[in-house]
Amino acid sequence: MHGLLDGYDKGRFFCELMDCAAHDPAVALIASRLSQMDPAELCRRAEIAEIELFNQGITFTVYSDKDAIDRILPFDLIPRVLTSREWDVLERGVRQRVAALNAFIWDVYHDQKILKDGVVPAALVLGNANFRPEMVGLDVPLGTYVHVCGVDIIRDERGEFLVLEDNARTPSGVSYVIENRNMMRRIFPDLMDGIAVRPVGSYGMMLQAALAEIAPAHVIDPQVVLLSPGIYNSAYFEHIFLAREMGVPLVEGNDLVVEDGQVWMRTTAGLAPVHSIYRRLNDDFLDPAVFRPDSTLGVRGLIDVWRKGRVAIANAVGTGVADDKAIYAYMPRIIRYYLGEDAVLANVETHICAEPEGLQYTLDNLEKLVVKPVGESGGYGLIIGPHATRDEIAAFRVQLLDNPGNYISQPMISLSVSPTLAGEHLLPRHVDLRPFAITGRKTWVLPGGLTRVALREGSLVVNSSQGGGSKDTWVLE
Amino acid sequence: MNPAYTSTGTDLVEGQRRIPLLLSRYAEALFWLARYMERVENLARILDVTDTFVRHGVDQSGWRSVIQINADEARFTEKYGTANAENVAEFYLVDRENPTSILSSLFAARENARTLRPLISTEMWSQINVFYNRVRGLTAADAAPSRVSGLCAYLKEQCQAHAGITDGTFYRDQSFAFYSIGKFIERGDQTSRLVDIKYHTLLPSAEDVGSAIDISQWHALLRAASGYQAYRRINPSYMTPASVAGFLLMNHSFPRSVTLCVRQIEIYLSQLSSGYGLRGAYAAQERLDELRAALMDQTIDQILARGLHEFLDWVQVQFIGLQNAMAQSFWRKPEMGQGQSQSQG
Repeated sequence: MHGLLDGYDKGRFFCELMDCAAHDPAVALIASRLSQMDPAELCRRAEIAEIELFNQGITFTVYSDKDAIDRILPFDLIPRVLTSREWDVLERGVRQRVAALNAFIWDVYHDQKILKDGVVPAALVLGNANFRPEMVGLDVPLGTYVHVCGVDIIRDERGEFLVLEDNARTPSGVSYVIENRNMMRRIFPDLMDGIAVRPVGSYGMMLQAALAEIAPAHVIDPQVVLLSPGIYNSAYFEHIFLAREMGVPLVEGNDLVVEDGQVWMRTTAGLAPVHSIYRRLNDDFLDPAVFRPDSTLGVRGLIDVWRKGRVAIANAVGTGVADDKAIYAYMPRIIRYYLGEDAVLANVETHICAEPEGLQYTLDNLEKLVVKPVGESGGYGLIIGPHATRDEIAAFRVQLLDNPGNYISQPMISLSVSPTLAGEHLLPRHVDLRPFAITGRKTWVLPGGLTRVALREGSLVVNSSQGGGSKDTWVLE
Repeated sequence: MNPAYTSTGTDLVEGQRRIPLLLSRYAEALFWLARYMERVENLARILDVTDTFVRHGVDQSGWRSVIQINADEARFTEKYGTANAENVAEFYLVDRENPTSILSSLFAARENARTLRPLISTEMWSQINVFYNRVRGLTAADAAPSRVSGLCAYLKEQCQAHAGITDGTFYRDQSFAFYSIGKFIERGDQTSRLVDIKYHTLLPSAEDVGSAIDISQWHALLRAASGYQAYRRINPSYMTPASVAGFLLMNHSFPRSVTLCVRQIEIYLSQLSSGYGLRGAYAAQERLDELRAALMDQTIDQILARGLHEFLDWVQVQFIGLQNAMAQSFWRKPEMGQGQSQSQG
């Protein structure tokens, strides 16, 4: 019988499904079920999924003058599957990464041993726009700065996992992990039938628990809130989702007030105390008294209360110093320095243009490398050497020499592929993975994570702003 | 011990845990979500009935009075000129620039629902979302005279779906009281406006009071408020202007009468003050006492004799006062420097 995956050609890339199907019976079963699907039926289900996402408002909203237009993050209904063995590596790697990030941030805001020992250049940290002098000497509850961490991971041709980026500020996307699973249960139960997939539904409870753990110690039954910039924020759906899953109020800056050295929220019964804040607001906007004075999204006086230990904030202020692209290059050394271990998950080979040898290598190989500005996100402002014209490379060379410290370079990375519905065919499309880790007293990693997929043929850009979609991520038992 | 927090509402404790608090901003959004949805339903009813009766040549004041009920004369005339079926239907159904259109009300309802998504059920949100997106896609052609009736039926049905989902899924804590108070203020206000405008346009002059009238006009008025059958049941043998007005304003069992709305508001306010210990409800309760007394202590004939329009004007002012009292107590922010810490213990 002719199967949908019969002519599937993964090219020179690692395929998340087919390369695992060869040695794992459960993955082989999933592949064979997919292959036997009627393509028209797959399209029909994809259409239903799209309509449901739109109707349920699992969307990001673009506001114009008098209207609000909802867009969905495209959803591909072919899951990305990870075996338990693969997951063990990822989970250990993410845990280790989070431990190192927290140790590093504590150190740079206290003794700065790693700088004194010359492991990371002091200028890179102290001169970094994300370094917050306000944080120096401040002790945060449990020594945890990065309560929620998203680690962007790719897979090379050999199937080895490589970390592309750490997100230690306010990583987003976890709502799609859980909603994608809910969607799969509704529209594709026959694919999952009899296959043990690790559940993802406990994320909200774990996050609530972590927020309760960091609340001021004298408080029993702390009031946790989620602080959102409000309905005009493109990630507002995720804020709603998390507030619901955590069972806590979603507040905006105007709902909170600082009085008598305490944070309160305005309720119908008057002011009620708030003990722990999961904020989805950047550092800059948190408190106009300390950061941007023009911010109307934050709470005046919040940082002062936090410094006095009378409210908890997750993630802590100043974590941006650790997930910067410039620091990323040093992560393997940072892990070794604090934990005395090698990194479980390797970095993508990275050349630091702030270092003479890194700059020289980059200049010599511009046409082969991807050069990225540090401290940017969303796939903007970078040059992809192999895709650039001679003139573009020449212009970029000037830009790079003008401010080498602003850049790192990496070889062209090859993302793994996963069968993805394109028209009535299953075709290889590139994917990455963002697992999410929650850290209060201990670190817990949500099984799986967000699989983003570049829906355009050959594209490596998985960002939702540039044609990316997402898939459900299955971690098998 | 939990520090600091000892609210006046601690008499309502579920197990060991305090009852969920309600953010002031949510209370406001609940109040307005309910008002906007109620407004959509009322307007759809009025447009539907006007369409039917104007078409049958019965209610000549028809389209113009819809504009009067909503106090939109100036804005309407400026943009559309003539108050005919096409113009009025377009203005009230699909005109995005008209803040009193059904589309605008639905947009506002949906924005409030979006704010409330952490609180309301997914089904509640999803229904409003789908409803709004459908109406958002309508054009003037969809509001053409031949389609008005079908469109209004759809709008009413969707509002009723909202009411049903709300009834079936809304968690009954103080948030439901805020929602309900908004709903009944809007409903009572709409009924008072309907009676105010229609009563006088249907009575050509003072001399006509008591003379033979075309009762089909009064049928239309009752139908606009979905009160026709109930009215017939309790008044099988006659139909007078006074009895119709009395029914719509003061009947104790008709779900859209001003009296019934006031009694509902009373129940929910007392839930807030006694059940949840929210002292903020006192001011609104005082406001409501006056309104209730005015409705209880007079007959419709007395009101008519003293001036129906003056009375209904006063009723509308009372509703506005009630809304302001709610805002003042529950969601308007205190002035700068003014402490608002009554719940600190």
